[in-house]
Amino acid sequence: MEATVAAERPRLDRVRFGRALRRFGWTIAVYALFATVMVVTIAIKPDYGSFEWNTLTLAALPLAFAAAAQTMVVLGGGIDLSVGALMALANVLALRAMLGHDLNYALVVALIVLVEVTLAGALNGAIIVLTRVPDIVITLATSFIWAGLALLVLAKPTPGIPLDFQNLAQGSTFSPWVPNALLLLLVIPAVWIPLRRSRAGLAIYAIGSDRNAAFRSGVNLALSRILAYAVGGFFAACGGLALSMTTGVGTPLAGTYYTLSAVSAIVLGGVSLAGGRGGMLGPVAAAYILSLIPAVLIYLGIDPNYGQMIQGVLIVLVVMIGGVGALLRRA
Amino acid sequence: MSTRAVSVVRLVQQRSFLVLIALLVALAGLIEIIRPGAVNAHWVSNILEFAAPLGILAAGQTLVVITGGIDLSVANVATAAAYIMASQAPFGVTRSIVAGLLVGVAVGFVNGIGVGVFRVQPLIMTLAMGLVVTGSLNVYSQAAVRSVPGVPAVIHTLGSGTVLGYVPVSLFLWALLGAALIIGLRSTGFGRLLYAVGDNIEATRLAGVRGWQVLLANYAACGFLSAVAGLVLSGTVNAADLSLATVLLLPSVAAVVIGGTSIFGGSGSYSGTIVGALILTVLNSVLTLLDVPDAVKQVLYGAIIVVLAAAYTRVLGHE
Repeated sequence: MEATVAAERPRLDRVRFGRALRRFGWTIAVYALFATVMVVTIAIKPDYGSFEWNTLTLAALPLAFAAAAQTMVVLGGGIDLSVGALMALANVLALRAMLGHDLNYALVVALIVLVEVTLAGALNGAIIVLTRVPDIVITLATSFIWAGLALLVLAKPTPGIPLDFQNLAQGSTFSPWVPNALLLLLVIPAVWIPLRRSRAGLAIYAIGSDRNAAFRSGVNLALSRILAYAVGGFFAACGGLALSMTTGVGTPLAGTYYTLSAVSAIVLGGVSLAGGRGGMLGPVAAAYILSLIPAVLIYLGIDPNYGQMIQGVLIVLVVMIGGVGALLRRA
Repeated sequence: MSTRAVSVVRLVQQRSFLVLIALLVALAGLIEIIRPGAVNAHWVSNILEFAAPLGILAAGQTLVVITGGIDLSVANVATAAAYIMASQAPFGVTRSIVAGLLVGVAVGFVNGIGVGVFRVQPLIMTLAMGLVVTGSLNVYSQAAVRSVPGVPAVIHTLGSGTVLGYVPVSLFLWALLGAALIIGLRSTGFGRLLYAVGDNIEATRLAGVRGWQVLLANYAACGFLSAVAGLVLSGTVNAADLSLATVLLLPSVAAVVIGGTSIFGGSGSYSGTIVGALILTVLNSVLTLLDVPDAVKQVLYGAIIVVLAAAYTRVLGHE
């Protein structure tokens, strides 16, 4: 067994290298785009400082987690249109339980919320596996269920997240240029890197890129799909808690924006909607780009409503460029 | 399994349409049990009136799903069409209706170019166009419109008028469009092409079909139907605000799925979607009659769609 693995390693490495090059090509382009937008922003607003940077990291934090959640599911060949609803559920559960308590209590609540919403995500996956109904239909329907539950927990937007808990994301402990909201993003690699290096992570990529081949290689399809949805649910829960920290408010209707923007972020971040291709680095940068657009519009004194329009046009352009690129490679 | 059970399963598989009708009747029966006397001509008239906009919106969705796509911009298009129609109303009714319908065709055309020519995945293309439409509409409403515009009388009659006391005016439009779609899908070249493209676009290309033209026309038709649905809906609720049709996005997909059109394309029919739209409307009526809070209603609605879709997929054995 050991010998076979060792013998195959050089070839696998070469395959991996080629793939990595293709994958990082897109990721580098996304970071270059982010850098360009940042440069333009600083050119527009010469007094851009740590405060503005802090604001950006706060705005991007929930979206980055939403994008991570969607990435997990899409890598496994699915799609989760209930990401935003799951976030809203985590957000209102947190508010309901934390109201009027101290930091330690809030941290325990956060942990419980993470478990609960991870289970909700796993339930999405389980329903899809059991019923064999396409992912998009089930998650559209469950988005109603989670959003309805969120409304049951909390009928209207209510402030009251403990200040100490909010300060975990707001403010900057180490340096004004390294705000806490940026550091909290480390949750993503902390979960993602061990997962990707594990058998289970490889299985998720496998079922995303070719379900038949994965099945014939002995991958447990049902478990892997449920795992992808469960980890997606975990990231959605992080997103909901991030929303609690950055806004201090429980909002039952926060969902729709994050569902749509998460799909935008993963598309921009180079995750193939066909599954099995992409990583976490791109979507996170894309979340920053998408959060920067409204800010830039405000700096320019333009109606921020143009933001949605620009976001839509940007996605179409990026995907079309990607499509033309693929055509050229084939030719 | 006994022979009888086998034959029942076979009957269900071959006549899924009858099963859907049976489900519809069962739901109506449920309402009659919950509140005896509730199911009468007036109730039927109401159900048809509320089902018409959903049915027309789901018509466009059916066309797109048959070709293997999905249109997540139908609700945004319907809203935009109604809003622009209403805001143009002071300049003449004809002009306002044409303007509203043009919005739909234009957005559908762009969707078609993206999906057909540039091979963008339908989900992404229509999602992005939905953002563009809603963003533009918000900008338009703030820049050009002072107050929430009213709906012209013709549209109001179209959406909520009745003939002979009970027959909704919108039913005539819906029936007309429905007949055109059912016949068109079943027995015109273009209709058959939609199924072929949805089944295997590569095979149709080898057979000499320009797939992109089919998709372009199809998405434009979907945009047109979405716009019509938006106009009818604005007449039904007698208002055209910026979130008019948002709630109909999920039902438009659900009606198609419950109606038996495969989300992977290549099979299905509009007659199924019609029954799907009716089932969803009656379901809404059941939940309203039970007088449950909105939040619970939403949870039940989602759960029932899961159950219906699951039952359907299980019984018919296709994924």
